Amino acid sequence: MDELITMTAAELSAAMAAGEVSAAEVTTAHLDRIAAVDDKVRAFLHVAADEALAQAREVDSKRQAGEPLGPLAGVPVAVKDLFTTLGMPTTCGSKILEGWRPPYESTITRRLRDAGAVLIGKTNMDEFAMGSSTENSGFGASHNPWDLDKVPGGSSGGSAAAVAAYEAPLALGTDTGGSIRQPAAVCGIVGTKPTYGGSSRYGVVAFASSLDTPGPFGRTVLDAALLHEAMSGHDPMDSTSIDAPVPPVVEAARHGDVAGLRIGVVTEFSGDGYQPGVMARFTEAVELLESLGAKVTEISCPHFKYALPAYYLIAPSEASSNLARFDGMRYGLRAGTGSAEEVMALTRAAGFGAEVKRRIILGTYALSSGYYDAYYGKAQQVRTLIIRDFDAAFGQVDVLVSPVTPTTAFPLGERADDPMAMYLADLCTIPTDLAGNAAISVPCGLADEDGLPAGLQVMAPPLADDRLYRVAAAVEAALEQRWGHPLLAEAKGLTAK
Amino acid sequence: MSITRDEVAHLARLSRLALSDEELDHLAPQLGQIISAVAQVQEVAADGIPPTSHATGLTNVFREDEPAPCLTPEEALSGAPAVEMRRFKVPRILVEE
Repeated sequence: MDELITMTAAELSAAMAAGEVSAAEVTTAHLDRIAAVDDKVRAFLHVAADEALAQAREVDSKRQAGEPLGPLAGVPVAVKDLFTTLGMPTTCGSKILEGWRPPYESTITRRLRDAGAVLIGKTNMDEFAMGSSTENSGFGASHNPWDLDKVPGGSSGGSAAAVAAYEAPLALGTDTGGSIRQPAAVCGIVGTKPTYGGSSRYGVVAFASSLDTPGPFGRTVLDAALLHEAMSGHDPMDSTSIDAPVPPVVEAARHGDVAGLRIGVVTEFSGDGYQPGVMARFTEAVELLESLGAKVTEISCPHFKYALPAYYLIAPSEASSNLARFDGMRYGLRAGTGSAEEVMALTRAAGFGAEVKRRIILGTYALSSGYYDAYYGKAQQVRTLIIRDFDAAFGQVDVLVSPVTPTTAFPLGERADDPMAMYLADLCTIPTDLAGNAAISVPCGLADEDGLPAGLQVMAPPLADDRLYRVAAAVEAALEQRWGHPLLAEAKGLTAK
Repeated sequence: MSITRDEVAHLARLSRLALSDEELDHLAPQLGQIISAVAQVQEVAADGIPPTSHATGLTNVFREDEPAPCLTPEEALSGAPAVEMRRFKVPRILVEE
């Protein structure tokens, strides 16, 4: 492999700043990698080769002219295909938006472009971010670089697979119920769900607006922090954006330390359905934290077991409303003939896949008069109780930890038409989304049964995102010392076959 | 707790989804299974607990009403399935009696 593609974003940034390599060379190396492996990984829906090289050359000329450049200047970033981008299609993994070129740019991709980041392409995802495997994509599934017969997780599975396959050092995702952390865990990389409102939703195609949170993927904790910092901050274009300083995540990632930190192990996230190898690596990670000086206690959050059912009422309810805009009138697919109403129904039937249809109908049901109080209303009360569980826990400890997802990457096809089995992948990640808190997924080893990666989830209160990076950096440093190399060095999916 | 095929067909009509018979046959039992699972929220003792619709606590976010550049008609119409006279062209909405 070309050395440039195995370097971290931080290393690439330093090498470019020192004049050892140009942004154009860095981008070319990643485009070559995409050309070499993406027919197997299928992480990308669109590769913006010419535009990316043009952005890279612009960075190079600015650098030659002595202009000040930020840490992401010249660093390639893969973008989940639900951020609107000028000059590139935005499909949300859906046939209903196939070929759509949005007329405006999302705040986050605009910020990254302004910072000199090179947007290298758009990545595959479960349609409208609904799913945990990318199998719900209207354009075919992505494959896990550890084992091409396994899912890369989802919904941001294309972004996670791209980073794990060295097609890009960094990628953008969104997390609504676990859509950054679960794919990060099963692909053996780092992914963060920032505090809700900490990263702008302007230009992010809406799934469940009270939950959707854009966030970063990287191969290292520091890389994820660099992207987290660059993409975050108040945005007047998003009325739910928090007007507060971005937590010092990069500083925290550079100083991993858990001495004296109070860490709570969530007791609800273990038992039936949890793969033994995933639990073994999680338990070892907790022991490691203790050996590094953390004070570990067990914490019960009794309402977390209702988070999954509450989520599958709240998220589909919001989705059924948000997705009403796809009516075949102003943009996207238009199918059939007849009255406006007939065309709408035919367009939506032709353009949406099975999971999107399931969730629209489920949400419409939960919001119907007669069912509203028993379903949507009750789920909103459960949401309050989950927030209170977090508040009580964070009164006793600084962060909570759990596995990210109950199993390692599952085989493609295994859960594709079994929605309840698919939903269980988000069991441990959903409470954080419902509460609007921050959480990170950091690799903690390989399960003995299948040799596939498992992730440690660290959860923090709102706007304490820096705590995640402090803990994750300490875990990463200690584990890499133990292993003698980064976990991803053991991924053989692209070399074995 | 279950849902009948007819109820699913009704919800599909409300949602403007022209589902085929095969889709209804397939979706109805799956939705029944999902609804049984999500109905677990009804076990929770929540009398007097206020609902949470979003987690930030923000209400009524205002900004100054200042003119700013916006999309041109060409940009706004750039993705339209049909355009006529710089407007979105849509199927007939009102049917003559």
